Amino acid sequence: MSQPDFSQFSCPLPKTDYDTIQMAHGAGGRMSADLIERVFMPVFGNPTLEKLEDQATLSFGNHRLAFSTDSFVVSPVFFPGGTIGELAVNGTVNDLAMSGAEPKVLSVGFILEEGLPIADLHEILLSMRRAADFAGVQIVTGDTKVVNKGHCDKIFINTSGIGVIPEKVHISAHRIQPGDKIILSGTIADHGMAVMSVREGLSFESVIQSDTAALNHLVHEMLNVSTEVHAMRDPTRGGLATTLNELAQASQIGVRIVEDRIPVREEVKAACEILGIDPLYVANEGKLVAFVAPEVADAMLEAMRKNPLGKDAAIIGEAVSQHPRKVVMENIYGVERIIDMPVGEQLPRIC
Amino acid sequence: MKYIDEFRNPELVKKLLAEIRQTVTRPWVIMEICGGQTHSILKNGIDQMLPQEIELVHGPGCPVCVTPLELIDQAIAIARQENVIFTSFGDMLRVPGSHSDLFQARSEGADVRMVYSPLEALNLARQNPDKEVVFFAVGFETTAPGNAMAVFQAHKEGLKNFSELVSHVLVPPAMEALLQSPQNRVNAYLAAGHVCAVMGWWEYEPIAEKYKVPIVPTGFEPVDILKGILAAVRQLERGEHRVENQYGRAVTREGNKAAQAIVNRVFEVTDRKWRGIGTIPRSGLKLRAEFKDYDAALKFSVGDLHTEEPAICISGLILQGLKKPNECPAFGKQCTPRTPLGATMVSSEGACAAYYRYHRFKNE
Repeated sequence: MSQPDFSQFSCPLPKTDYDTIQMAHGAGGRMSADLIERVFMPVFGNPTLEKLEDQATLSFGNHRLAFSTDSFVVSPVFFPGGTIGELAVNGTVNDLAMSGAEPKVLSVGFILEEGLPIADLHEILLSMRRAADFAGVQIVTGDTKVVNKGHCDKIFINTSGIGVIPEKVHISAHRIQPGDKIILSGTIADHGMAVMSVREGLSFESVIQSDTAALNHLVHEMLNVSTEVHAMRDPTRGGLATTLNELAQASQIGVRIVEDRIPVREEVKAACEILGIDPLYVANEGKLVAFVAPEVADAMLEAMRKNPLGKDAAIIGEAVSQHPRKVVMENIYGVERIIDMPVGEQLPRIC
Repeated sequence: MKYIDEFRNPELVKKLLAEIRQTVTRPWVIMEICGGQTHSILKNGIDQMLPQEIELVHGPGCPVCVTPLELIDQAIAIARQENVIFTSFGDMLRVPGSHSDLFQARSEGADVRMVYSPLEALNLARQNPDKEVVFFAVGFETTAPGNAMAVFQAHKEGLKNFSELVSHVLVPPAMEALLQSPQNRVNAYLAAGHVCAVMGWWEYEPIAEKYKVPIVPTGFEPVDILKGILAAVRQLERGEHRVENQYGRAVTREGNKAAQAIVNRVFEVTDRKWRGIGTIPRSGLKLRAEFKDYDAALKFSVGDLHTEEPAICISGLILQGLKKPNECPAFGKQCTPRTPLGATMVSSEGACAAYYRYHRFKNE
């Protein structure tokens, strides 16, 4: 038998490109971005789409409208703190609100799996109605399709929405300036860990609740303080880390955050520890992150904290001219490290 | 978070760093064995806080990295067979074989499922009596008890549709092989805390004695790791070499007897090939003959697999502490987590992935 030879350790060249769709293409990370860039953009590309914002901004005479669409396939369809229906309403409302728009109307498309209990459907519809009423939007058009059992998972929902952007409000990643303060509206990773703990049958001392919520009223209150909100996103799939990376890349500016200013619930932290998952990369469905002019940051934070959806809001960092396009985080020991885009899904570790 | 925050306490970290600074008088190379420790060191910036004299090098304790390529190809081939539910821990799914990975097999119709425990896979076997359920049993001594228990239970219940593709590796033989290498630079080991929780630390006593290296069973939080480093440095400075447990809340000399018993009942020690390193004698576990019906490698014929291992990356040198990931010409260029050239970049516990995620800022 030959001696073990550590100098001969070698590795295979892996595939760098997949020729079929992988789950990671839908995880909101780098593979999602690649798919958009390499497959969608060459076909659909136009100036509005190429801004890569969460909503399109369209001008009609003196009026500016925000238009957005989103599809929802979450499993399970009922989870602690919400339903797939609430997510579908809040998701599109938030995509509109992130441009500063006041959401007005939604369309809803359903794909239903043969065998879905009508009682479940009814419960989902009631939750959508409640969410729409809270947000102050009307569902004005819709569509329903039914597919054979096994051709979808219970129910898939698409929503699209239109909102009106107030005068003087101009929110876009391109407006980020060095010195802008970064405000996060509350705790991170609640939604992702709520869904994961149900899906994987993990139970913790206290049930983790999804944070699904419509943020348009909170945004309205922020804009009442000042229109100097330069950029705003809701960190959904891929979590806060992905959203900050997207904004850093779009604005060509560096992002610097401080670890212990980012609020995370104790039970969420514990669940993440157990699964070996980083809460920075876990989905939120009722949080926003805003880059605001430094002189208005404190007043805006104060206003946000008066709203229950912003009660844990915090200034977590700032935009900087150093390290353009990169997100850097200072940890509790004062050491800085890069916060990168995730590749695909976060995978629980072996040990 | 109780039982965690205490071990991340910045004041304690400062105090330990000061003690290490006072203790160290000359350069030492310390290897942390476990990939979990590597990640904690880089994530928390411990390497950047330590005095210059102390160089941390990163050991081979990443099960994903050392699992042989042939086995990954074999796993993919089994997963692609009709009627098979192939189950695995999450991070094995993205490790590339010669031509594809388990994620790709799944996208092409294979029934590949991520589980958190082999007992979940066993449940799948109970629920799907007309399917063959295979579990990819990789890992060190940490995962061996659970994987042994799954086979033991299946045997007890007479479950015929459950099997494991086994590639278990053992830490102490790899530590010895590293020390025997003529290029060895390692002065002291931080032993892997979780492995020691199962196996105890008595196995390391003859190694510490024979090679005159301090071996310190160490945990994973910053305070744990700094305590481990401090203990190792103290011994090195005094010219001592013994096993000194610094993970007292989880590790005893004898380890977890019940876990060891089930491992010994189901598995036996065997020579094992480590990816790219070659065969290390008596460095792995295989199913005992009595349990051969549960050996997926025997149960499924996959034909002749032709594996391809182009020698590009320098993981072997990294594993010996001779090179750092950022000294590899491909690091961060051709080789990134999205386009990994080696398993050390794919695995969330691999040293290259840790450098990529946490360390690039300093090096750019």
